[in-house]
Amino acid sequence: MNNFLNIQSLSAKVEDKLIINNLNLNVDKGEVHAIMGPNGSGKSTLSNVLAGKDGYEITSGIINFCGEDLMSLKPNERSNRGIFLAFQYPVEIPGVTNINFIKTALDSNRKHRGLDPLKPGDFLKLIKEKSKILGIPEDRLKRQLNVGFSGGEKKRNEALQLLMLDPSLAILDETDSGLDVDAFKIVADSINSRRNNDSSMLIITHYQRLLERIEPDFVHVFINGSIIESGGPELASEIESNGYERFTDVK
Amino acid sequence: MSESQDKLSEKDFKDPYEFGFETDIESDFAPKGLNEDTVRFISNKKNEPKWLLDWRLDAYKRWLTMSEPDWSSVRYPPIDYQDSYYYSAPKDSEKLDSLDDVDPKLLETYNKLGIPLKEQEWLAGVAVDAVFDSVSVGTTFKERLKEDGVIFCSFSEAVKDYPELIKKYLGSVVPTTDNYFSTLNSAVFSDGSFVYIPPGVRCPMELSTYFRINAAGTGQFERTLVIADKDSYVSYLEGCTAPMRDEHQLHAAVVELVALEGAEIKYSTVQNWYPGDEEGRGGVYNFVTKRGDCRGDNSKISWTQVETGSAITWKYPSCILRGNNSSGEFYSIAVSNNYQQVDSGTKMIHLGNNTSSRIISKGISTGKSSNTYRGLVSIHPKSRNSRNFTQCDSLLLNDNCSANTIPYIESKNSESIVEHEATSSKISEEQLFYCQQRGLDEEEAISLIVNGFCKDVLQKLPMEFAVEAQKLLSVSLEGSVG
Ligand SMILES: Nc1ncnc2c1ncn2[C@@H]1O[C@H](COP(=O)(O)OP(=O)(O)OP(=O)(O)O)[C@@H](O)[C@H]1O
Ligand SMILES: [Mg+2]
Repeated sequence: MNNFLNIQSLSAKVEDKLIINNLNLNVDKGEVHAIMGPNGSGKSTLSNVLAGKDGYEITSGIINFCGEDLMSLKPNERSNRGIFLAFQYPVEIPGVTNINFIKTALDSNRKHRGLDPLKPGDFLKLIKEKSKILGIPEDRLKRQLNVGFSGGEKKRNEALQLLMLDPSLAILDETDSGLDVDAFKIVADSINSRRNNDSSMLIITHYQRLLERIEPDFVHVFINGSIIESGGPELASEIESNGYERFTDVK
Repeated sequence: MSESQDKLSEKDFKDPYEFGFETDIESDFAPKGLNEDTVRFISNKKNEPKWLLDWRLDAYKRWLTMSEPDWSSVRYPPIDYQDSYYYSAPKDSEKLDSLDDVDPKLLETYNKLGIPLKEQEWLAGVAVDAVFDSVSVGTTFKERLKEDGVIFCSFSEAVKDYPELIKKYLGSVVPTTDNYFSTLNSAVFSDGSFVYIPPGVRCPMELSTYFRINAAGTGQFERTLVIADKDSYVSYLEGCTAPMRDEHQLHAAVVELVALEGAEIKYSTVQNWYPGDEEGRGGVYNFVTKRGDCRGDNSKISWTQVETGSAITWKYPSCILRGNNSSGEFYSIAVSNNYQQVDSGTKMIHLGNNTSSRIISKGISTGKSSNTYRGLVSIHPKSRNSRNFTQCDSLLLNDNCSANTIPYIESKNSESIVEHEATSSKISEEQLFYCQQRGLDEEEAISLIVNGFCKDVLQKLPMEFAVEAQKLLSVSLEGSVG
């Protein structure tokens, strides 16, 4: 057992339906874990439970993050402790500009670390730099958050927030889905360049090609709310060629 | 901080009477109750000319024959009009010795709004030296305004110094017979503001900073008259983002705006009177009549309001689009929390040709409050090629509050176009979670989403006030979580 992220026998229900079923997962500092599983198997549900979304009944299990019981923390407290979720379906917030939102988020996280809000000049420099890496035009920063963004633009914007907030645990829920070929490469490489000994990533994806650019330390096969097999990148290749048949048959 | 506070209370404010405020208190009160003598007393106190006394008396007699309106959605126990004082000198209200005596909750609000200490004392009704930074600034403003021929003074001063203007325009937009509360105001109004912008003059500043300080003791029956002569422009800001300590329950103000040919008036209000406590006890009844007359061709009147205070708000700032090509706008944010009741909206009366009006209303309800938009768009048979666009959006933060949209449309000219859009939504769990996932706590998240929801209207406020209004929205929604 490590002392970074430690999930033991986690079960969770939504509207009386068991979605997460006795799940175990350990993520250590600096590790990259990939989760692959069929549609509807509960991957996004797991992300939401980790991030603290309302509406899930945790029926058993524990989640420990850096020695703290995650379940006792509110979503914003989890965020402030370094948990970031790149949403599969980012929501639109009318009237709130993208750049203001990111500034507010960043300052909130800084505040928790005892830091003053970033000076506007420094912030601008940072966000311009990160936007450039991701090929996000500056005028998109002035638009209302996700409002009218195309699917791919939304995903790129999640990646921007990831780079800006630089969390210790990033949960990426299909951040690669919906990106065009070029965007896919840019986003994948920028995520990969974040790898370091202090931050970990939990990458949910349907595609092995992402894992070719971000080589994971572990690949987990996620079926019906639990991890039924774990391995290295070769597992992703197997799924790519053969699908989930072998795993679902086991069940 | 405590050191400077000590200094203030010990040295400067130990004896408020020293500064000559509260002399002769007794005679500055009209006896309790309302009758003809009360009206005479007020008029006499102000040394008013006979015509104005007669005008008041006329209104009073009218008022006796009228009854309180009951068509709105607001509910309150009967008001005993004989159980009130109708005249008291502006500085009569009981002064406190220092901020230590002020309700801590009120202070907390001031701090959240970032109100400077001196101003906090003034707002809370601590006996402060009248020599305010802002007041002396105000004097400088006055000089500057004078250069351009702009008149900006109290209503009483205007009666003395500019009787012809008052005679010509008073009651010309809101006649004394208009409605129960405006008629009452006409009989007993205490004071208010007067603005006149001469032809061709663009008022060189927002009439706001100055007002914020000088509106002290505005009292319950305010009267405001703004006249923009030909081709002039003025932006006027009424109110204050910080709630005043206030003992009056009933406020019945009247605001009249007159825009002559080619003139433009922008009138912004931030209303944050005491809303009552969490149980719905106390709070101001804000029954206001505001109306603008686009009297000349090509004139324009724009109302912007941010209403977060008062237990009951009953208010319909309106435009009479009399001149050809005239236009009227109404931008409103109305927030209701706890047991607050809001029934507010506008009337756009299209009389001239090619007139246009635009209504954007944002209602936010939480607690157990009720929030109604009530608006009338009326297009006269002779008003050709006129247009209205109305957008009413309501946002509900829980299941216990209510929001209503009641648009009345009377379009009697077939060449004119009226468009109405309305939405009503609950604050979205997904949006809240998204914000919280990025580190904002629940209240910050709500405040961010609400501010976004109100953006179209906030943008219409003068810059320096938009920021304060945003903070005010957050403060007003506090405790709405859960
Ligand atoms: N609020 C809800 N009410 C009812 N069922 C729900 C709710 N949320 C999720 N589910 C169900 O839970 C299951 C898991 O959903 P989830 O979104 O976690 O799947 P996923 O693994 O992320 O799928 P995908 O690969 O398609 O994104 C699905 O069957 C879904 O319909
Ligand atoms: Mg999913």
